[in-house]
Amino acid sequence: MAEVLVVTSGKGGVGKTTSTAALGAALAQSGQNVVVVDFDVGLRNLDLVMGAERRVVYDLINVANGDVKLQQALIRDKRVDTLYLLAASQTRDKDALSEEGVRRCISELRGRFDWVICDSPAGIERGATLAMRFADLAVVVTNPEVSSVRDSDRIIGLLDSKTMKAASGERMEKLLLLTRYDKIRAGRGDMLSIDDVLEILSIPLLGIIPESEEVLRASNVGAPVTIANAQSAPARAYMDAARRLQGESVPMIIPSTRQTLLTRLFGRRAA
Amino acid sequence: MKLFRLLTGRRSAPLARERLQILLTHERATTGPSGLISALREDILRVIAKHIDVAPEKVEVTVRNGEEVAVLEIDVEIPQSAARGMGRTPGWAVA
Repeated sequence: MAEVLVVTSGKGGVGKTTSTAALGAALAQSGQNVVVVDFDVGLRNLDLVMGAERRVVYDLINVANGDVKLQQALIRDKRVDTLYLLAASQTRDKDALSEEGVRRCISELRGRFDWVICDSPAGIERGATLAMRFADLAVVVTNPEVSSVRDSDRIIGLLDSKTMKAASGERMEKLLLLTRYDKIRAGRGDMLSIDDVLEILSIPLLGIIPESEEVLRASNVGAPVTIANAQSAPARAYMDAARRLQGESVPMIIPSTRQTLLTRLFGRRAA
Repeated sequence: MKLFRLLTGRRSAPLARERLQILLTHERATTGPSGLISALREDILRVIAKHIDVAPEKVEVTVRNGEEVAVLEIDVEIPQSAARGMGRTPGWAVA
């Protein structure tokens, strides 16, 4: 039974694309058949973060419009063979996407994969509402920062009103993914804590991704962080989140990079 | 600001939390999926508009959830010219 998941946030730059790539890869690394779909038409980036930017020939709009077969547009990952990418179009705009086309495309993907992960564009406009429209489950990516929390609250409202699930009277499941979390700053009272964000947004927690330079390194080399450095703190946090998505109960601990006296003295990077 | 820092020991997260809680209570009521508040707001606006020329964005309807009771707050800002027609009431200064 396929699960269609939308990764959304309202605010831009909080880690939707990074999280889509990392969760998709983590699920695929555990043997699931996964496709990650970029809904950010005109500003596509999932291809770049996945390291497949030179392999895109056909995209979501071509499939949604029925110009090509789904098979022709799917790009298979070279490192994990159960991971696929359906890129967004870079030359069209979001109006080129029809709701009916998206519905057909998602339903075809449901038949082929265990997980369909939709990377939503920022904002609350058409692109974002289409990305969430046919989802079974939403991952709301939030930074512990006031504007991100406010926008997440708005997106939660939209998930409860604009999705097919909500429209048919069902409950839309929403999970919080807290990204760029800094345990030390939160402990000092300089950053909203996990409890603060959970109390304000009141949706269940999927995972806590620590702030880490490994995330930028992974995007530099074009690999999801769980593939680029599987031992790193953010990779372990994403893998835990992926296990929770599959129904496992994994204790909520925040992985951290080991800080020894030497790394503290001689460099900020601890492997 | 100095006083705030003295009281909170420079910690900014509690202020962030408080600001968000106040803001979101308001925003959920006005943009939230619950149709009740917006329906109420429309009806209230229609009744007021029969007597006073009031701008729609000057009518605010919010629900504040307290520990024991919830309070329905209706805040209507009316033009000075309309206020004059209402006469003076104690505590209401009309320029």
